[in-house]
Amino acid sequence: MSEKFTPLWEVFIRARNGLAHKHAGSIHAADAEMALQAARDVYTRRGEGQSLWVVRSDQIVASDPSDKDMMFEPTASKIYRHPTFYEIPEEVGNM
Amino acid sequence: MVDNNLLFQYLLRLGDDQQILSQRLSEWCGHAPTLEEDLALANIALDLLGQARSLYTYAGEVEGAGRDEDQLAFLRYENEYTNALIVERPNGDFAHTITRQLFYSVYMDLHWNALLSSKDETVRAIAAKAVKEVDYHVRHAAEWVIRLGQGTEESHQRMVEALEEFAIYTGELFEMDDLAQQMFKAGVGVDLTLLRPEWEQQIAAVLGEAGLRMPEVNWMQTGGRSGEHTEHLGHLLCELQYMQRAYPGMTW
Repeated sequence: MSEKFTPLWEVFIRARNGLAHKHAGSIHAADAEMALQAARDVYTRRGEGQSLWVVRSDQIVASDPSDKDMMFEPTASKIYRHPTFYEIPEEVGNM
Repeated sequence: MVDNNLLFQYLLRLGDDQQILSQRLSEWCGHAPTLEEDLALANIALDLLGQARSLYTYAGEVEGAGRDEDQLAFLRYENEYTNALIVERPNGDFAHTITRQLFYSVYMDLHWNALLSSKDETVRAIAAKAVKEVDYHVRHAAEWVIRLGQGTEESHQRMVEALEEFAIYTGELFEMDDLAQQMFKAGVGVDLTLLRPEWEQQIAAVLGEAGLRMPEVNWMQTGGRSGEHTEHLGHLLCELQYMQRAYPGMTW
């Protein structure tokens, strides 16, 4: 079927309560309701999820790969942003 | 006390409906119009196969002759299957398959819901699991019928033809033959005639939204419940039974 009648949708699944929805893949569907059904049929066949989001792929605003250096490179040298310099008292256990 | 032979026949009948439709839907695997629908139809086929397995397994226990689900599924002859004719009809085009799904799923949704109050504990348990599955089958079919009905001139026309084709097979679903009567009296089965008004209402509602109408039918096709089938069941069984006939007792 053509793109015109069945646009692309991105599928997000939440595996368990308390977790965030995670991108699972994409499907083609005529409209929102059919997209939700297709997402259920294609991506939740093995108990993957409790909740589904679908969103039209053309509604997603994405960063430009050619901006990669400007957008992401500078963070590589900011190791102090990682919380690895704190001593955690034993009593706290795993954080 | 329920007569075991009658209960056995009744469970087989219920199992046959699910198994034969499951086999039909499986034929779409790898051939459906889109990848999404390929999986959707295969999922539904697997739901139905699961229901058939539970029913056959229980039927085998009730029969008490040592037959298991595989023997009941794979080693009976055509006239021993008592599925309704609608499930053995060829898939036709996508509109045909979806129309049959709507007719049958709405029927089974009502049927399983009624079986939730069956006196037979195992039947109740099977029904409880099946209801959730078939709820989705109804939704899947209904949404498609609405879109095909309101889609293009061609999709609308194909829906009209599909409704014409399958309408005459819907009467059989509500037949109360001797076995159905006895099982109803025993509190195991359902008075199917009582499901019909609700079925007609639900179908009319979906077709209304789709800009379609149920065709007027003056007579209904029948025979499946007594083992008299269309010419299509034999071919279906050839494929279904081939492995067990060629390699008796083979397992995965």
